[in-house]
Amino acid sequence: MNAPAKRLTIALAGNPNSGKTTIFNNLTGTRQKVGNWPGVTVEKKEGVIQRDGYELKIVDLPGTYSLTPFSIEEIVARDFVLEAHPDVVIDIIDASNLDRSLYLATQVRELDCKVLFALNMADVARSRGIKIDAQKLSELLEVPVVFTVGNKHEGIDVLIAEAIALSERGAAATPSRKVKYSKDIEAAIGALRDFMAARSDLALPYEPRWTAIKLLEDDKIVTARVLEKTGAFGAEILAETARLRSHLMDRFDDDPEILMTDERYGFIAGIIKEVVTTSTRQRVDISRNIDLVLTNRFFGFPIFFFFIWAMFQLTFTLGAYPMEWLDAGVGWIAQGFSALLPDGLLKDLVLDGVIAGVGSIIVFLPNILILFFFIALFEDTGYMARAAFLMDRIMHLIGLHGKSFIPMLMGFGCNVPAIMAARALESEKDRKLTILITPFMSCSAKLPVYIILAGAFFGPRAGTVIFAIYLSGILVSIVTGRLMRSTLLRGADAPFVMELPPYRVPMLKSLMIHMWDRSKIFLRKMGGIILAGAVIIWFLTAFPRHIDYTTDYTAAAEQVGAAFNERMLAAAPEARAALEAERRTALDKIETAREAERTEKSYIGRIGRFLEPVFAPIGISWRGGVALLTGFVAKEIVISTLGVLHAVDSADEGDALQRALHRTGMTPLSALSMMVFVLLYLPCLATIAAIRRETGSLRWTFFSIAYSTSLAWVAAFGVWQGGRLLGFS
Amino acid sequence: MDSMRLSDMREGQRATIVRIGGSGPLRRRILEMGILKGTEIRVEKYAPLRDPLEIVVKGSHLSLRVEEAAQITVEKVR
Repeated sequence: MNAPAKRLTIALAGNPNSGKTTIFNNLTGTRQKVGNWPGVTVEKKEGVIQRDGYELKIVDLPGTYSLTPFSIEEIVARDFVLEAHPDVVIDIIDASNLDRSLYLATQVRELDCKVLFALNMADVARSRGIKIDAQKLSELLEVPVVFTVGNKHEGIDVLIAEAIALSERGAAATPSRKVKYSKDIEAAIGALRDFMAARSDLALPYEPRWTAIKLLEDDKIVTARVLEKTGAFGAEILAETARLRSHLMDRFDDDPEILMTDERYGFIAGIIKEVVTTSTRQRVDISRNIDLVLTNRFFGFPIFFFFIWAMFQLTFTLGAYPMEWLDAGVGWIAQGFSALLPDGLLKDLVLDGVIAGVGSIIVFLPNILILFFFIALFEDTGYMARAAFLMDRIMHLIGLHGKSFIPMLMGFGCNVPAIMAARALESEKDRKLTILITPFMSCSAKLPVYIILAGAFFGPRAGTVIFAIYLSGILVSIVTGRLMRSTLLRGADAPFVMELPPYRVPMLKSLMIHMWDRSKIFLRKMGGIILAGAVIIWFLTAFPRHIDYTTDYTAAAEQVGAAFNERMLAAAPEARAALEAERRTALDKIETAREAERTEKSYIGRIGRFLEPVFAPIGISWRGGVALLTGFVAKEIVISTLGVLHAVDSADEGDALQRALHRTGMTPLSALSMMVFVLLYLPCLATIAAIRRETGSLRWTFFSIAYSTSLAWVAAFGVWQGGRLLGFS
Repeated sequence: MDSMRLSDMREGQRATIVRIGGSGPLRRRILEMGILKGTEIRVEKYAPLRDPLEIVVKGSHLSLRVEEAAQITVEKVR
């Protein structure tokens, strides 16, 4: 029997755009698991690989510029190193961006862990005339350094071998390798450390010097942890910290954390002077030349809109073919089951509940795959940062980041991928706000509802009305954005300081992994929730089984049948075909009437009746209410439910439904009210599943549902009551 | 001396950072991205809507909003 493999955890740290993800993809390939870090919406990626008799768990930490806990990503990365104690941390250093990479690296090095540097993309740096002495860097920082070229798979094996070797070596921290601060700051660090060391019975949560530095930097998280661990003595530590901080502030007229940031960069400048030789002037900066066009004052926007247009165009035209195949496939499966299963409850459940429900969502898979391919392409090439650069001025009006534009725009197509695309946003607040307002971008599934309603009641002005509805959605999102920014999601509007990384040729493998990861999530999680939801709605419409009909439809059908049979016998042979058609129409009419009554008396109909007082003040009948309820599964269903409830035969829906709506007393005003309600009210099941998944919070999901639905009601109330006051009907 | 706000600089101009104002996370974030006192920068361009702007610091391109750039005092390099 084999000895059980030794397990090691290796964490990858590094700046965004440092090639960290490429190295991670190279290491783990398709064996990676993508999920969220517990409690937050930050993507967590890990993968397990076997190497030299070891089982290595590779964890991709979020890409960050520092470990000061401003953003959730930084907190996640730091906590992982501090609390989960990975065996080795590999810090990926972008050789072409040494200053900033080393800033994070020195911070990682200050943590109590085994560190290894991967000097990545040294080839790019060399082409820019930057030569780095890795040996010297390794000596100065006392950290092993390995050269890697992530996208060519160079040095990756050495890196892993080195990481394993490092894990086998003894204790981690050697005191000599810390950043040395200036005299006054070192004095303060020393004083605070001694102050804490004087109480030898104290168990500090972290290494003493590091703790002292973080306390002086006013690091809220470390302060809280220290207080928690030191009990009564904690207050004294805080008082001492405050004293030392104010002393430093008096002396330098600046916050200690700023001074220390400055000095770390000073320390880095010293290192760079020793390890880097820059030969000649920079060569042509290709990225810069590309940007001369892509973010040009005149061409920037047209090109951007062209890209977006092309993305949508391709998503829907290319996606239409596989969509048809899937649709046919679903139909084929439905037929198969229909033939296989005996008539009865199970058959209804499988056909009308499971297959109809899941089938209606699965057909969107091609669209989602293609859309995510383009998003991944934008991200991997570096264009996403340019899009944010172009759009930020506009998005900032709503209190959002330029990058929010893409998810919001995608919302007009389908909210599910749109909400998933909000992952591209770095700040959690931006992400939540974007997720909250994206459903107000009227998705394509709502369009049929507007077309029927506006077409029926606004005639030639239908187009204008629909346009106004779309516009209202955008307006609501702006108002919501501003509102949330000054209430629930108040606080630091994430600073826009953003890197415009050099353009890169994307790697197909990375694009595929990106696309597949997200689509997998769509399939797996959405599948479960949608399945459950579809079955529930089916149950509510199909039950109770026994209904006391007001008319005996079976008898009526028999009567009609018999009457036609007589006429048929009497009729001339050539008139029989017409008569046969007439008979079928008559029978269908009876069948639809029965179906209308059945739905009215089913549970969902009863719920609709029960909710009538809720819908009455906004001018929507109980039928409309039921239709809106079923629209919870998918918005397209609103129309088909209205059809069923108005006893319109599905074969000639459009016109007949419009006539039926007029008959049952719907007016232009109530149609408008209903459209406004459809625009704003609770998102469909798939979208809710996406919100739940992406925010990672049930409370936030419920808030989103409650907010949009109450807003919808209030707006529809305003339209209906206000309209009536103004004398419209 | 040619002291001015970063947000008042024109495209293509070079400058040395003199002071970074503002407070809290934003200020520290600016520092952490390598925009420090004494660093030389170049204003690469303004976005089509005149906000944000793109600057080059030590060979890497960064963008920041005009309101953020207004907190940074620079000295023009001739």
